[in-house]
Amino acid sequence: MSEAAKVIEAEARRDVRNRWLLSMPALLIILLAAVGPLLIVVVYSFLTPGPYGDVQWQPTLSGWINVFLERDIFDETLSLADAHISIFVRSVWLSLVTTVLTLLVGFPTAYFIATRPDNSRELWLFLITIPFWTNLLIRTFAILQIIRNEGLINNIMIKLGLFASPVQMLFTDGAILTGMVYVYLPLMVLPLYASMEKLDFRLLEAGYDLYATPFQVLRRIIVPLVKPGIIAGSILVFIPALGAYVTPSILGGGKNLMLGNLIELQFGQGRNWPLGAALSITLMLIVMVALLFYVRNAKGSGAKHG
Amino acid sequence: MARQFSVRRQTGFTAIAMICFFALYLPIGVLVIYAFNAGTSLSVWEGFSLRWFVKAFENQQVIEASIRSLQIAVVAALVATAAATMAALATTRTEPYRGLTLKYAFINQPLMIPEIVTAVALLIFFSRIKVWTGYSGLGYLIAAHTAFCIPFAYLPIRARLENMDLTLERAAADLYATPWKTFRYVTLPLLWPGILAGLMLAFVISLDDVVITEFVKSAGQDTLPTYMLGQLRRAITPEMNAISTLFLLLSICIVTVFFFVNKKRI
Amino acid sequence: MKRITTTLAFAAALLASTGLAHAEGVLNIYNWGNYTSPDMIKKFEDQYKVKVTITDYDSNDTALAKVRQGGSGFDMVVPSQNYVPIWISEGLLLETDPGKMENFKNVAEVWKNPEFDPDRKYTVPWAMGIVGTVVNTDVYKGDVNTWGIIFDTPAELKGKVNVVPEMTDVIDAAVLYNGGTKCTGDLTILKKVRDTLVKAKPDWVAMEYGTIEKMGSGDFAASSDWNGSAFRQRLANPKIKFGYPKEGFVNWSDNLAVLKDATNVENAKLFQNFMMDPENAGMNSAFHRYANGIAGSEAFMPADMKDAPEIKIPAEFASKGVPSQTCPPEVQELYTKIWTELQK
Repeated sequence: MSEAAKVIEAEARRDVRNRWLLSMPALLIILLAAVGPLLIVVVYSFLTPGPYGDVQWQPTLSGWINVFLERDIFDETLSLADAHISIFVRSVWLSLVTTVLTLLVGFPTAYFIATRPDNSRELWLFLITIPFWTNLLIRTFAILQIIRNEGLINNIMIKLGLFASPVQMLFTDGAILTGMVYVYLPLMVLPLYASMEKLDFRLLEAGYDLYATPFQVLRRIIVPLVKPGIIAGSILVFIPALGAYVTPSILGGGKNLMLGNLIELQFGQGRNWPLGAALSITLMLIVMVALLFYVRNAKGSGAKHG
Repeated sequence: MARQFSVRRQTGFTAIAMICFFALYLPIGVLVIYAFNAGTSLSVWEGFSLRWFVKAFENQQVIEASIRSLQIAVVAALVATAAATMAALATTRTEPYRGLTLKYAFINQPLMIPEIVTAVALLIFFSRIKVWTGYSGLGYLIAAHTAFCIPFAYLPIRARLENMDLTLERAAADLYATPWKTFRYVTLPLLWPGILAGLMLAFVISLDDVVITEFVKSAGQDTLPTYMLGQLRRAITPEMNAISTLFLLLSICIVTVFFFVNKKRI
Repeated sequence: MKRITTTLAFAAALLASTGLAHAEGVLNIYNWGNYTSPDMIKKFEDQYKVKVTITDYDSNDTALAKVRQGGSGFDMVVPSQNYVPIWISEGLLLETDPGKMENFKNVAEVWKNPEFDPDRKYTVPWAMGIVGTVVNTDVYKGDVNTWGIIFDTPAELKGKVNVVPEMTDVIDAAVLYNGGTKCTGDLTILKKVRDTLVKAKPDWVAMEYGTIEKMGSGDFAASSDWNGSAFRQRLANPKIKFGYPKEGFVNWSDNLAVLKDATNVENAKLFQNFMMDPENAGMNSAFHRYANGIAGSEAFMPADMKDAPEIKIPAEFASKGVPSQTCPPEVQELYTKIWTELQK
């Protein structure tokens, strides 16, 4: 009997070793071109900035300190780095609002698609997937065209007499928000749909049998059941929105910086690589917190299902 | 006269969904329409014309950037899918073993980190290597693209693998097939739609990438998205609309193929 | 299996073809955006059988940062004169001696031996211009010849003004507006500069480079800008006027240089020589609408450039021009700090 057990154990070990070999290529590529470089960023955040960019190999905490504090140029007082804090706050705020808006619009849309009869459902899915696979730049450009002073919205409003002259919509925080909602909406709809597709509509029927109103059915049956989808969609929108760079750059006009733009600035005009590195790590930490929140909630909701 | 009661109906949801679809397609629609504008303005319609498409086709930079994008996307997608397939086989349908969750997190890491952070990291890392080795070809871009394409290829393959029936493979083993033969004649054909889905997803993701490419590229290595980014920041003409329309057409073709492939469920 | 092998072969071929591009003569130029005449480049490509790639940058600082980090692959760059000494002292430029090249005789006398590149050991003049204001006179009918347009915006222009985010240009303008001299390290003046900028920023609509197109489409009604860019805007819309700020404005020049780690040095030298030919310089000016430093190129420039208000400085403002110069490092550091604070 023990002989057989030994053979089984050897087999199991060989299987694990084979699995490690199989996953080696993927792990190596990611290590070299994704994870490894991140460690270098951490190292760079502790170095001194060079006079015209790049770094000098002298350890210092100034990069990290500059993330939160700054020294006034003229009277040398140390104070909170308003510039950075306000950009952090703006980024988190805009990302949260984007997430909420995409949820409010995406939930009915996903529900709509999930409740279509099978033959037309493919078509609706197709229609929602196309914007998802359209390049981010094209979508941002499309919004730019619509909201600029000579754009569609202003033209229509002026024709209808609602505006006297073009209202400045481009280059505001609102423009960035519109752009981000537009760009990330499909990312919210698809996970929601994936959750709703598995919805057992008999449960809704049961709710109605028990004299529930449609709203109660929504609130107490549908929403809890699709909670994994809601959370997945929220994460899929919040994280990219927080690190958004292209959309705020094109729609924000360089005046309204988000965290991604601030980081990029340090590697260009700002000439402060360590600060850029420190800001990147800070962004990553905020993202990690969000992910932790996701993991805990996703686990929790799974257990609650009866 | 009374509307038939449907369990599935929720007040206002259809209306919002309709508005949503309309709002999603309106900006893109306007963009496409003005690609055919005869005038130079982006908002004043001056008649139908194909001049901007002609200009786009004659634009040397656009052609080169497009070819470069395709080169990178094809190679990155193929390598990423191959690596992802192996990784998926290694991490699914098994009892949890030591390091499995770590591997899973590792493979999906590019999905969890905002692109700007990876872009910055690669900028620092690759520029050191470029100085050190003197090589500054497309290799860095291909490596970077492959890395972030792997999770996108991995997820559909893994999903398909998990839903596969083990009995067929066991049957093959019962008939004295070697593991390699089982893989080639049983597992692979069954897995094929998943692999194809992963390949297409990886291809599109690579084609669309802006941020990482923008930071990692060297001289004369513009891809179509980075070229468009430069133009959008500086000199927007309806030629951009024409290029965008063509790009959009490509995306629609790929999505159509994707849906077609997924329909044929074995 | 056959399908897999054919796809792999295809991929290998594609991979190989990515390396082929470097086989013939190549030249990688790193230049300001929208600043190089495509026709002129085509002429160079045909004449010397060289494939030219042009990559854009928006500001001197971006260019410096990108090249400084190494491995950029560029052969040539076009920094402004106040940055040339920095590039030289950082050891980034190759000493190609344009002063000894064949076409050097065509360079205008006054540009043959500038203080930022004595005897022209590194650079060749590309173009020169002025930083001023540009205003859409349909929106604002008042005086355009003042920095008050961006620092103390008149009511009609509030929320419609753009400022091109080139750090030295903006800070120089603010310094001159507050009565200082260029590159001053005087802390009282710099404090006023900082306050002026921070106070003015809420009235700006954006800080962007794409002025030509956005002024034309009405997204901006005014901007700080360069004279050549203003010229192109006026050609599209005659109501757009270029302003020479009476508080003082900066004369700058951009200069073509070769990078020390360039891989195509011979082609780069050919291009430097090529740019000193009057016909080529004239062709370039016809595109970007700035003056250039090559004598005799006027014959090859379009007629409307001779008397254009953007090129020919009106007599009343001629004395207000200040040449661009490199500020001492401590002053530069202060400027960078002020600029960073402005980014809030």
